[in-house]
Amino acid sequence: MNLLNIIFLLEFSVIKPAFGFMFWATVVFLIFWLFVGKLAFKPIVRALNQRADDIQTSLDAAKTAREQMSQLKAENEKIMAEARDEKMKIIKEAKEAANLIINESKEKAKEEANRIMVNSKNDIENAKKAALVDIKNQVGVMALDIAEKVMRKDLASSQQDYVKRLVDEIKMN
Amino acid sequence: MYKVFKNSLFVAIFSVTRLFAQQHAAEMGANAGQDTLAHSVNIPSGAHSAAEEVHGAGPAVMDANHAEHAAGGHEEAEFKADEAAFHHISDLNVYSIGPWNLPLPCMLYAPNKGWSLFSSSKFGIDNAHHGSGHKAIDGYVLNHGKVMRVKDPNFPQTEVEVGHFTTREEVIDEKGTKKDVSYVEYNGAEYALEHQSTADGGLFGGGITNFYDFSITKNVAGMFLILALLSWLFLSMAKKYKSAPGTAPTGIQKLIEPLIMFIKEEVAIPFIGAKHERFMPLLLSLFFLILALNLFGQIPFFGGTNVTGNLGFTVVLAIIVTLVVNFNGNKHYWQHIFNMPGIPGWVKFLITPIEVLSIFIKPLTLSLRLFANITAGHIVILVFISLIFMFGKSGANPGAAWGASVASVLLALFISAIELLVAFIQAYVFTLLTASYIGAATEEHHAHEAEH
Repeated sequence: MNLLNIIFLLEFSVIKPAFGFMFWATVVFLIFWLFVGKLAFKPIVRALNQRADDIQTSLDAAKTAREQMSQLKAENEKIMAEARDEKMKIIKEAKEAANLIINESKEKAKEEANRIMVNSKNDIENAKKAALVDIKNQVGVMALDIAEKVMRKDLASSQQDYVKRLVDEIKMN
Repeated sequence: MYKVFKNSLFVAIFSVTRLFAQQHAAEMGANAGQDTLAHSVNIPSGAHSAAEEVHGAGPAVMDANHAEHAAGGHEEAEFKADEAAFHHISDLNVYSIGPWNLPLPCMLYAPNKGWSLFSSSKFGIDNAHHGSGHKAIDGYVLNHGKVMRVKDPNFPQTEVEVGHFTTREEVIDEKGTKKDVSYVEYNGAEYALEHQSTADGGLFGGGITNFYDFSITKNVAGMFLILALLSWLFLSMAKKYKSAPGTAPTGIQKLIEPLIMFIKEEVAIPFIGAKHERFMPLLLSLFFLILALNLFGQIPFFGGTNVTGNLGFTVVLAIIVTLVVNFNGNKHYWQHIFNMPGIPGWVKFLITPIEVLSIFIKPLTLSLRLFANITAGHIVILVFISLIFMFGKSGANPGAAWGASVASVLLALFISAIELLVAFIQAYVFTLLTASYIGAATEEHHAHEAEH
C-alpha cells in the first residue's frame, strides 16, 4: 500500500491546509506577535535587560568596594605597623635619653660633689688657716697682753712695736 | 535518534493496525449487530455507521449498502485504528469534550451561494453518533463533526432533514487512485459530498472544491483560547514589571522568566547577535504560541485540539518567518544568494538556483518538521488507545479489551511523557531555526569584506 493511497483514502485532513484555518491562524499569530509582542514582550525583555544591567552594576560596585576595602585595610595595617615601629623607636630613644640624662646627672653630681668636697676642703683649710691666724693673733695678743702685763712693769712702749713685728713674722710663716 | 525511532514506530504501528483491521474485517462484519461497547464509549468507528444502519434503515437498504461496501473493499463494521486516529487529529466544526459535541460558529462561503453564517448546532448534532448532523443547511451537512457540502447544485439550498452518512472507497482517476467519498442520504437518494477547499493543490487529495470553510472550528477555538490565555498571562506579567521595577520576580514571573532568558541567551544572542533585540518579540511569540498549543493539544478529554499538528498552522508560521527573514535580508544575504562571492562564475550557475530554491525549502522543512512531529505523537497515542477496541473487537470481546487497556494505557502514558518533551523541543527547534535564518540574513560579513 503506498503512502498516497493512505492519505487519499483516510481523509488525512491535517496535511491539507484549509484556507479558513490558515486565515484564522494568520490572524491569531499576527495579533499575538504585533499586540502581545509589542505590549508585553518588549517591556518584559527591556525590564529583564534593565535588571541584568542593575545586577551587573551592583556586582561591579560591590567588587570595587571590596577592593577598596581590602586596599584600605592594607593601608591601615601599614599605618599601624609604622605607628608601632615609631612607638618602639620613641620609647627606645626616650630610654636612651633618660639613661643619658641619668648618667650625665650622675657625672654632674659626682663632679659637683667633688667640687663641693674640694671647696669644702679648701674652705676648711682656709678656715683652718684663718683659725690658725686668728689663734696666732689671739695667742700673740694674749701673749702680748700677758707680756704687756708682764712688761708693763718694766718695758717701754717702744718695745711693743718690736713685739708686733715678731708676731707678724710668725703669721708669715 | 528519537525522531527516527518515533517515525519508524509510527509507520510500523500504522501498517500493523491497518493489516489487523483488514484481516478481521469479515468476522467483525458478523459481529456488527451485537455492537454495544462502541455506543457507550465515544470512539469513532465504522461500527457506529453500521449499527446506525441496522437500527435506522430498513433491511433492504442495509443489504444494498453491504453489497456496495463489499464491492469497494470497505467493511463498515470493522474498527479501524488509523481512521479513528485521523478523525481525532483532524479539525472539526464541533468541540468534543467527553461524549459531548459543543456547537461552534460556522462561517461558510460557497461561490454559488455566498456566505452562510450559523451555529453548527443548527445541524442537529447527534452526540451518540459522533457529531453527525441530521439536517442540511444551505446545502451543507455535518458529517462526523466536519462540515461538508453536497456536490449537486440542485440539492435544496435551505434547511432540510437528511438521513445517514456513508463513506465508500472509489477510484477517482484512470491511474487507479482510490479515495474515500462520503455520501448523504436524502429523499431515498444518495448525494456525494465535498470537503472544504484546501491549499494543497490536489497534492494530498485536497484542492479547490465548491466551498470554503472560515468557521471557528475546534482548532480555531483552541487558538483563540490560547491567545486569550497567553495575552492575559504576558500582559499581566508586563504590568508587574512596570508597576514594581527592580524587584525580585514573583509568581508566574518565576516560571516564565527562565524561558524568556533561555530564548534570549541560547537562541537570539548566539544566532542573531547584536541586533537580536528587534527580533525578540517575534521569537518569543513563536516559542510561546507553539509551546502553548503543543501542550494544549496534549490535554486528554479536552477536545484534543491539534493546531501545531496541522500543516495549515505551521505553513502560516513558516510564511511569516520567511517574510521577516527576507525583508530583513541585507546586501550580503542577497549577494550570497544571487552572486556568491569567492567562487568561479560557472559554479554560480549551479549555486544560484539552489540558493534561490533554499528560500522556499527553508519554510517548507520548518513547517513540515513541526507538523510531522506533533501529528506523529498524537497518532501514536491514539493508536495505543485504539488497541483496546481492536482487541475488544468493538465490544464482542470485553475480556481482551480490559487486558489490552492495561497495556495501552501504560504505553500511551509513556508516549505522553515523551510528547511533553517533544512539545518543548519542537517549539525550541522552530524558534532556533527562525533565529538562525534571521541571523544569516542580517549578519555583517566583515571577514568577507576584508577579502575583497
